[in-house]
Amino acid sequence: MPEIQMRDAIRQAMDEEMARDEKVFLLGEEVGEYNGAYKVSKGLLDKYGEKRVRDTPIAELGFTGLAVGAASVGLRPIVEWMTFNFALLALDQVINNAAKMRHMSGGQMSVPIVFRGPNGPAEYLSSQHSQALASYFVHVPGLKVLAPSTPYDAKGLLKSAIRDNNPVVFLESEMSYGWTGEVPEEEYLIPIGKADVKRKGSDVTLISFSKPVRMVLEAADRLAEMGIDAEVVDLRSLRPLDEETVYASVRKTNRAVIIDESWPMASVGSHVSWLISRNCFDDLDAPVELVSSEDVPMPYNHKLELAVQPSVDKIIAAAKRVSYKE
Amino acid sequence: MSDLKKYKKDFLLKALKDMLLIRRFEEKTAQMYGLRKIGGFLHLYNGQEAVAVGAVAAVDLKTDYLLTSYRDHGHALAVGMKPESIMAEMFGKITGCARGKGGSMHMFDVERHFLGGNGIVGGQIPMATGVAFKQMYDQDGGVTLCFFGDGAIHQGAFHESLNYAKIWNLPVIYIVENNHFGMGTAVSRVSGVDDFSLKAAGYDLQGKVINGMDFLEVYEGISEVVKDSRKNGNAWLLDIKTYRYKGHSASDPAKYRTKDELESYKKQDPIIKLKSQMIEAKLITEDDFKDFDEEIKKAVQDAVDFADKSEEPALHTIYEDILA
Repeated sequence: MPEIQMRDAIRQAMDEEMARDEKVFLLGEEVGEYNGAYKVSKGLLDKYGEKRVRDTPIAELGFTGLAVGAASVGLRPIVEWMTFNFALLALDQVINNAAKMRHMSGGQMSVPIVFRGPNGPAEYLSSQHSQALASYFVHVPGLKVLAPSTPYDAKGLLKSAIRDNNPVVFLESEMSYGWTGEVPEEEYLIPIGKADVKRKGSDVTLISFSKPVRMVLEAADRLAEMGIDAEVVDLRSLRPLDEETVYASVRKTNRAVIIDESWPMASVGSHVSWLISRNCFDDLDAPVELVSSEDVPMPYNHKLELAVQPSVDKIIAAAKRVSYKE
Repeated sequence: MSDLKKYKKDFLLKALKDMLLIRRFEEKTAQMYGLRKIGGFLHLYNGQEAVAVGAVAAVDLKTDYLLTSYRDHGHALAVGMKPESIMAEMFGKITGCARGKGGSMHMFDVERHFLGGNGIVGGQIPMATGVAFKQMYDQDGGVTLCFFGDGAIHQGAFHESLNYAKIWNLPVIYIVENNHFGMGTAVSRVSGVDDFSLKAAGYDLQGKVINGMDFLEVYEGISEVVKDSRKNGNAWLLDIKTYRYKGHSASDPAKYRTKDELESYKKQDPIIKLKSQMIEAKLITEDDFKDFDEEIKKAVQDAVDFADKSEEPALHTIYEDILA
């Protein structure tokens, strides 16, 4: 199986779906002539032309709302936000229009659209450019939200997202665009709403999504050396959330640590923690742990920014706490 | 001054009846709000009838689309939605156009190419631009009418949209229904310019001012730009000067304007104007008008009865109409 980068997996998904369906088009800042700020859309302008690969002015609210309108009458836009930090300018169109049209029209309308781009902290970017904003979207009924951690998952999920008849928010990560992984040459789809057990284990369940999953797997390897056999659940789909896979794992291990690079308050991590506490209470041998970002804006200084985020050491410490092996 | 003789009687009569239906419907709606049959925010269209009716007469909703703001009952009726479905929606009934999920601000009829009913000031402007994007993408010959109030013109969404319409040649007609007040704030207090059509120039688009108190002036003005937009993919910005007789919403006593100002607009009432012109041209008589006014009042009462008798939505419907 070929090993390709995350950015190539995402591009392959868009390329295949654009080839398959004339109604799919890509728009965003620098997606065309510049080949993408992170080279995710490289080559697509040459292949599909300006009609279907549209460079936009720097006006996120406008091009996001425009795409919502186009989707509501039958096109299937892929909106690339250069980063999710800039998506905040477009939030009105996502929450008030994309997520509400079907509801306010009593089921008459549908909005088949994908909003994608890098989310979460990168490096040396300070507080406006290093934010994990999943909660902003996960909070809203009427949206689907996906957060893959591997090239394989990214490709299969993005293809499903493009074919879905609802607004789908697709969270990528700047730091992981260069990560490689095996992706088959033949076509495949990954259904939305299914978590994936990335590592089987029996002592503690580590639950995460997006970029931190790789760090969680590294922590699991280190924990194994210490005699703690961790199971790693990659949520992949945040809305809808695959609660059953989470509960099945926790009921087996009786211990749960959630790793979420967002701030702790009202996050995916805090929500999953509540779900587990409520639905697996009798199975738990320890309180649920949450390894999140510190509750502060991201500093520029490298030592400080690393200290703010989840780390392998923090995950190990939390796993040991729930295992009473401190 | 438009020449009435250019038009067939049926065309004019339909316009007169459509405007009168909106007026009588809104009068009844206000009553129903007073009786608490309708709740929430209620924005009435009395006085502005010529704008929606003139605009709809100028397009073909088989290919064209229409989007507007929360002051949407007039447009809903003008595109041909049944009064029953609109009234029932405001009563929150399952027979309403949005199954009781939308209410007064969110009328939708996808089959008639009427895409709402948007409750966020200016929120429909980028969306309408995107509908026109689809028309350009498919080269289907359609145009999109995008209505909004003078209050929306200062939103970034408006300015960003006009730029997209220009750079991508989108067949969209932006229509400011300029009733001179953004809620309770007079245009002159929040805008550096009085003539909004001037703002088109900033995006190298064309603009035009139209008298919104006259059906034929609206119809002719919009027909002309629709023709250009359909043929050449040009977007337009129209400043249609109109007036709302009621407050911003049903809870607004409109103390920010004078009685004289209101009365001066009522003297230009678009319904009375077209009616007088048609009587003068001997196309109808005063008695004809009285007869169809009675018919329209009865149709509106039928809508109320229908809404009254309709069922409340079942509780399980709260989980429906969220995802496709």
